[in-house]
Amino acid sequence: MQKIRANAAGSPRRLTIFKRELPLYVMLIPGVVFALVFNYLPMFGLVMAFQDFSPLRSFTGSEWIGLRNFQDMLALPTFWTVVRNTLFISVVKILLRLLVPLILALLLNEVLNNAFKRTAQTVFFLPYFLSWAVMGGVLRELFEYDGTVNAFLQSFGLEPVMFLGSNTWFPIIIIVSDVWKDMGYNMIIFLAAITNVDPALNESAALDGASRWQQIWHITLPTIRPIVVMLLVLSLGSVLSAGQEQIMLLYNPMVYESSDIIDTLVYRLGLVNHQWSLSAAVGMMKSVISFLLVVISYRIATKHFDYQVF
Amino acid sequence: MTRKKFSVFHLVNYFLLTLLIVICIIPILHVIALSFSQKIEAVAGHVGLIPVGFNLEAYRYVMEDSQFWTSLGVTLLRVVIGVPVNIFLVVMTAYPLSKSNSRFHARTVFSWFFVFTMLFSGGQIPLYMVISKLGMINSIWALTLPGAMNVSYMILMLNFFRGIPSEVEDAAIIDGASQIKVLFRVYLPMSLPSLATIILFATVANWNVWMDGYIYMNTPDKYPLQTYLATKLMESKNNVETLMTPEQLARMELVSEKTIEAAQIFLAALPIMCVYPFLQKYYIKGIVVGSVKG
Repeated sequence: MQKIRANAAGSPRRLTIFKRELPLYVMLIPGVVFALVFNYLPMFGLVMAFQDFSPLRSFTGSEWIGLRNFQDMLALPTFWTVVRNTLFISVVKILLRLLVPLILALLLNEVLNNAFKRTAQTVFFLPYFLSWAVMGGVLRELFEYDGTVNAFLQSFGLEPVMFLGSNTWFPIIIIVSDVWKDMGYNMIIFLAAITNVDPALNESAALDGASRWQQIWHITLPTIRPIVVMLLVLSLGSVLSAGQEQIMLLYNPMVYESSDIIDTLVYRLGLVNHQWSLSAAVGMMKSVISFLLVVISYRIATKHFDYQVF
Repeated sequence: MTRKKFSVFHLVNYFLLTLLIVICIIPILHVIALSFSQKIEAVAGHVGLIPVGFNLEAYRYVMEDSQFWTSLGVTLLRVVIGVPVNIFLVVMTAYPLSKSNSRFHARTVFSWFFVFTMLFSGGQIPLYMVISKLGMINSIWALTLPGAMNVSYMILMLNFFRGIPSEVEDAAIIDGASQIKVLFRVYLPMSLPSLATIILFATVANWNVWMDGYIYMNTPDKYPLQTYLATKLMESKNNVETLMTPEQLARMELVSEKTIEAAQIFLAALPIMCVYPFLQKYYIKGIVVGSVKG
């Protein structure tokens, strides 16, 4: 803004433009202040990743130690396990978050009875509105040792399973419940995209003897493919976020091996163990890599799908 | 031949969807049934989708828990403070940025200034430090202010504003209105449904999040409802070792918690479940518009 003002002063025409647009600048002030304080200030706060930071000595008083925090990060015995867990959980989530809603949207689109369609849509969309605290509670009722699923298994004479303490079952529960909770969102997007399919195409295909499956495969799917691919590309940036709000609720030390992710590690290192600098370093690694991925994905999306951020 | 294929197709389709609906709804109905059941029956696993030994004992217990009411109060407070601040910032920012470049020459610069916050973040720990340095730990401001400038909502609102022809602005300016008047007297009244959508987004988000309360609030009496529920869940989960041994399972205090937890879960979800069917369509509209752009 300073720069613009300096330029504006240089020419009378620019000055008039600036004067005319002044109210618009003023309106931006509150938003700019909030973004500076709660978004940009923490970015500068990342300098603590290069310090031996302590809250008492703050950013200015803490000793600079170069990249030692990053060396410590790589030396963490669980570091690569955590990276692997994060990538596995988020990649599977990303794929299923597209595939499951796509199937739901295709099935729903074929429903002729409007009341049934509306009911189904409402049921599939409901969990999206519920909090993770609520969903986590429901999942615990189902999967804890004395939970419903085990009671069910036992009624068939089967051994109960420690679902929430098992490195096999826990990630599956995390992934499936995440898809269950949020599938309604992409389903809505896909349903909207499907309504753009020209009905004349389906009619003429039906006249030529194409079955419903053939019509879906050859007409509906190609029409909505761009939006599916675009959503896939745009989710690239979240590949290092595997769902902290969800996992923190349900995990326990027994399943760290399979389900400790970058965000939960950062949380424990920083806010539980008070290893501020180390945890800021881990967080910074995540932010920087995510940033690069987002930039790449936006590039691809703008180039191939006419996507615009704003 | 084709007729037959049609009917088989639809039969399979209805069957699959009905199955999915049942799978999705059963867990929720089960928790509701648990909350109205007798403790002993709940622990014995006798409760399916219908309460066994119907009673309101669990609800009475939750109602008598003063912490529940305190947390509900915190949640209502964060909605009452957080949503208006959020909407104010979003609207004030979206309006100038919805102008074309020839009407607002700094538009691109400021747009990137905001979009950049979506691309890169300092992460949990530096944000915690900033909030802590501002003295907001353990105060309602830590729950309402940090996320108030929501760029996704702003882009959504910006796109709604863009749908309004610029002649509307010109006419109002010629009539002597200031930009702020154009926004509040002309643009906002013209985009009430869109505004409702964003208010809804913000309210649901404020109601549902539990992590920030857990991170920024030091004492349980400052926890919003979802954080209260989450900590209840995590507390009993942290006894995971005790949960595993059958001898410990018989312990009465553990046993008695099942119906109460179910009641807490249901109560925390109830307001959303009540309004959701009616507000669904606004939400859908917001999602569809948001997916097309931004």
